[in-house]
Amino acid sequence: MSFFSKLSFGFLGVVFFSAIFAPWITPYSYETQDTLNTLATPTFSHLMGTDRLGRDLFSRLIYGARVSLFIGILTTLLALVIGTIYGSISGYIGGRIDGFMMRVVDVIFALPDMLMIILVTVMMGRGIAGMFIALTLVSWVTVARLVRGEVLRIKEKTYVEAARALGASSPRILMQEILPNILGLVVVTLTFRIPVAILAESTLSFIGLGVAPPFSSWGTMANEGWKSIKFYPHLILFPSLAIFFTILSFNFLGDRLRDGLDPRNKTRFS
Amino acid sequence: MLIYFFKRLLHGIPVLFVVSTITFVIMRVVPGGPFDQEKKLPPEILVNIQAKYHLDQPVTTQYLLYLKQLVQGDMGPSYKYIGRDVADIILDTFPVSITLGVLAMLVVMGVGIPMGVWSAYRQNSVIDRICMFYATLGISIPSFVLGTVLVWLMSHKLQWLPPALWEGPRHMILPAIALGAPFSGYIARLTRSAVLEVLSSDYIRTARAKGLTESVILFKHTLKNSIFPIISVLGPLTAGLVTGSFVIEFIFSIPGMGSFFITAVTNRDYPLIMGVTLIYAVLIVLANILVDIIYMWLDPRVRV
Repeated sequence: MSFFSKLSFGFLGVVFFSAIFAPWITPYSYETQDTLNTLATPTFSHLMGTDRLGRDLFSRLIYGARVSLFIGILTTLLALVIGTIYGSISGYIGGRIDGFMMRVVDVIFALPDMLMIILVTVMMGRGIAGMFIALTLVSWVTVARLVRGEVLRIKEKTYVEAARALGASSPRILMQEILPNILGLVVVTLTFRIPVAILAESTLSFIGLGVAPPFSSWGTMANEGWKSIKFYPHLILFPSLAIFFTILSFNFLGDRLRDGLDPRNKTRFS
Repeated sequence: MLIYFFKRLLHGIPVLFVVSTITFVIMRVVPGGPFDQEKKLPPEILVNIQAKYHLDQPVTTQYLLYLKQLVQGDMGPSYKYIGRDVADIILDTFPVSITLGVLAMLVVMGVGIPMGVWSAYRQNSVIDRICMFYATLGISIPSFVLGTVLVWLMSHKLQWLPPALWEGPRHMILPAIALGAPFSGYIARLTRSAVLEVLSSDYIRTARAKGLTESVILFKHTLKNSIFPIISVLGPLTAGLVTGSFVIEFIFSIPGMGSFFITAVTNRDYPLIMGVTLIYAVLIVLANILVDIIYMWLDPRVRV
């Protein structure tokens, strides 16, 4: 593993750890107000300073990681499960059913995705649930397309033919022969889709349409910081850095994973 | 070619129909409406308003009415900007958004392609590493983070460029960079791999063997053949720039369609939401058609 891979891995590890154990490692609760120290710059008692209401930025950042990661990872997982099931059935059955199923995917794919995410989230009442549905809705189709392509390729392989000749049923072939072979693709897709989802969530929250109080994600924190960027840039600096490094780490690991799983690229990176 | 073009346009119509239907359904299935305000309207007034906008009719009737209007070229009145038609608002804001989009596209191509070519040409050198580092950064930096950094640095600290609004060329620089730069990293990567592939092909070796100069090989033989992957992502790229413009318009307080869409959604201004969504969808559909046509025009192999 290269230096940057280790760094990315370590960074994500720290983010995950602090998100999970947030209540035990944060110095303050995310809503405790230190009214004597509002808008303070970073000090020892407040590592990243405080916001307009005197809330500790460091603690809020760690709690924000929970919301950002939760939405990013769970929507991606859900989209992956739906997309894999849909795509593999469509690809395996083929013919007219496949044609119809892919038409549906094409139409959803043609929707302007951010527009739909905004629309669904706001209409559902600006909660985590709305955003969850919206993000899953637009992202499963990408997975479905990828998986279908792979299934189409693999189902022509001789070992699938052998399994069929031995009398294996279709579900068995799909589960035992085909799915294990597209697992690599699925894992790589996972690492590439998580940052996309985190980005979408934070962007939406940043323009004030995403996660609503009392919850706060990195995006909502950046939104709060944006209002006072001229005089208190630290308010937006830390959440932005958190988003940036998290997405960077995921992308970096995704790159390496893809190169590692693709034998054609082996020579370049080993 | 012309027949193909019209055929594609016809194929676009069902897509637009589905987009409008889905948008319509999403807007109506959830409880609440455009005239539910904090301060309740007197019931008799509410009834009147709803009758005026046909909101008292069943949803299917409303949708058919809307489609009928739309076919006649009327996008209806805005519910919140009293006295203004949706078409008016779009006519005012569309040029702003499209200017921003085109400028950002210039940034994407102007930075991405030269960078990709250069780093492919000097593969595995320091320059290559720097360019690819830039590409990874570009892919990972959200445009709102880049936008806020630019505003803070260029406007508040150095005071070189205005932080907001849309009043002249100086106002356009920062938004165009903030919108375009993240995508330029992607284009740089794509260009690099395309150029690398062409450089390792037989006809480039032949060109070298003929004794052509490096610049002729690079600019005449290589670039021409490595342009195709870039053209094929123009469609998704346009969609990306379109959707990315929401956040940029928000940051820089630009009076474009994106900002109006955001307020329209929060206000439940149904006709305005529909109008803007449809315009964006048309834009994306047209971009895809255009890309295919450019592709056919440039590459005789895909002409049928």
